[in-house]
Amino acid sequence: MKGMTEIVKTVSKLLAGLIFFYGIYIVVFGHLTPGGGFAGGVIISGAFILLIIANGIDEEKIKGEKERASFLESLGIFLFWIISIIALCMGAFFFLNFLGKGRPLNMFSAGTIPLCNIAIAIEVSAALCSIVIAFILVKKGDNK
Amino acid sequence: MTYLLCSLLFLVGLSGVLLKRNLIKIVISLTIVEYSLFMFLALVGYKQNAFPPIVKSVAEEANYVDPLPQALVLTAIVIGLATTALLVALAVRIYEKYGTFDIREIRRLKG
Amino acid sequence: MFVILTLLMILMIAGAVVAIQSKNLLSAAVSMGVVGFGLTLVFLVLQAPDLAVVQIVVETLTLIILIAAILKTTMKESKVEKSAVVIYSGIATVVLLVILVFVLGGVFKQLPDFGHPDLRMSEYYIEQGLEKTGAANLVASVILDFRAYDTLGEATVLFTAVMGTFAVLRRKGRKE
Repeated sequence: MKGMTEIVKTVSKLLAGLIFFYGIYIVVFGHLTPGGGFAGGVIISGAFILLIIANGIDEEKIKGEKERASFLESLGIFLFWIISIIALCMGAFFFLNFLGKGRPLNMFSAGTIPLCNIAIAIEVSAALCSIVIAFILVKKGDNK
Repeated sequence: MTYLLCSLLFLVGLSGVLLKRNLIKIVISLTIVEYSLFMFLALVGYKQNAFPPIVKSVAEEANYVDPLPQALVLTAIVIGLATTALLVALAVRIYEKYGTFDIREIRRLKG
Repeated sequence: MFVILTLLMILMIAGAVVAIQSKNLLSAAVSMGVVGFGLTLVFLVLQAPDLAVVQIVVETLTLIILIAAILKTTMKESKVEKSAVVIYSGIATVVLLVILVFVLGGVFKQLPDFGHPDLRMSEYYIEQGLEKTGAANLVASVILDFRAYDTLGEATVLFTAVMGTFAVLRRKGRKE
């Protein structure tokens, strides 16, 4: 897939890092300001998709990316499931919020909610990157 | 009145699904139906002269918009994107095999 | 506020009608973008900032996928001849839509007024949300603490949809 002109490539290099850190900010403070796991996850995937579309990529390099995206997506869901089943092993019900509550309006508060936000952000961003990579890899006349 | 306008958007999308013959037009109309449903859920939970459901300080009056429909719509938006991507992938495969997006032609050219 | 909401909804309906009727597929996709971004503004007017953030990025990604698929295949829509089947289906659809308008009008009379919702289920979440979970964002406390099963189901559906897309768009299957 061919890339775009020089201006687009330079500007996308500057912007992609900014978008990535904005996405991380929205995920980590998801229990205090609007946002959370889903919003931060789609913003992080937007940064990677911008780099892929602006610079163009060839076939061999993107196969490694596809494997890595699948691994990260499974890792995200696995983390979410582990956090909720630890509570089950401790003898209480599923999805119990077992860490301390902390002072309200502080960054380290609200129990397991920030950890769940991070797990969901990893999963959603990897899933959306996988979908766009699969659309790039389609070639004509494969499925006869 | 606002509920009637929201249902008008739903009916426009539904007529697109029933009347159009091009696969991409059907996918676009299905997405418009989904958007009208998200808007309806957000409209049901609105409270007049209220604030967004974010607590700013601990000792404050609780005058917030309903947070439950917003939680339902939040996951539905991301799921809608995934199912639209699946539909478009199927449409691209159908075009490669039959050479057209027209559903009446595809029904005639089976196999 | 009410006037802005009505104007935005009329803009969305106009964009939807243009998207369905246009003959060029690329302009239909762009009109669908108008509907999506109008929905973002409606979410902002209805005091829901979480939803506006998610909707604006998801709308951009939907446009990217749709335009990539259109540019790979074709951009035109074939013409429709006026046969008996077309006229019959048109009349049947119009009758169905008129019946639906009457049914929906009767249903909307039963809902509470716009702006005064019936907060029976959310009173507990609003009053006890900060004490029981410690999170200031009430929507995050609802989706990750009070109703975490729904989030687990959503993650599963997203995973399955991505697996389905991979299975449809796969390269060569078995080795011959």
